[in-house]
Amino acid sequence: MNLRRDVFQALADPTRRAILLLVASQAMTAGAIAANFDTARPTVSKHLQILTECELLRQEQNGREIHYHLNPGKMKEIADFIEPFRAMWEERFNKLESLMQAYQAPKAS
Amino acid sequence: MERKTNVEAVAGTQNLLITREFDLPVALLFRAYTEPALIEQWMGTRVLKLENRAHGSWQYETADAQGQVVFRAGGVIHDFQPGHQITRTFEMEHAPFSLQLELLEFEPLSEDRSRLRICSVFRSVADRDQMLRLPFARGLGMAHNRLQALMTTFA
Repeated sequence: MNLRRDVFQALADPTRRAILLLVASQAMTAGAIAANFDTARPTVSKHLQILTECELLRQEQNGREIHYHLNPGKMKEIADFIEPFRAMWEERFNKLESLMQAYQAPKAS
Repeated sequence: MERKTNVEAVAGTQNLLITREFDLPVALLFRAYTEPALIEQWMGTRVLKLENRAHGSWQYETADAQGQVVFRAGGVIHDFQPGHQITRTFEMEHAPFSLQLELLEFEPLSEDRSRLRICSVFRSVADRDQMLRLPFARGLGMAHNRLQALMTTFA
């Protein structure tokens, strides 16, 4: 199975994105997360399971409770994905800028 | 190094938003996008056709050092507002990438600064993500290497 696709599919769901935003500020239990949504508890559990499976969330045992944490490494991996594409455009636009600046120079001086 | 170019791919959407601010008057920025001789220099691609008008069309191609065409793309121009906006389609030939609708907005920030916003709309979320996932930069990177060689020749 394509793991990367799983991450993107996991992110495609608005409820799951809301969950990630929620736990970004602090680790929370499944119950505390579910309390923020109108969705049925089992549905939230399913979302948490998907997010955990693709490593966007990490579970941590805290006494008798399980807290969900955001996995910043995985989030960075997604950002890194876009980076080569961004770098390509940055490079191109830098060329455009210097080319056009040189173009304008003779007129300005 | 300063990161002037911003790429946003909001999860679950089928858009890709590229934003860049230039130390250029908006008129010059616009010319860089509409004059074939200039496009060829900064994009490192050959302009086969570019009709800067509504219902016009465009086609670019890039060859490697051996003259082999490695990239060809084209589309139609839906809307052309000089100095402000270009709306066009973009499709790579013989490539497994989705057709894109490109909305280019050129905006003056001051007399000598401007901003370009490119919103690329894909057929679907999956198509957008596929484009980001595949080693897209490699194909165009070749064009880019060629451009670098060209610019080095100039310098």
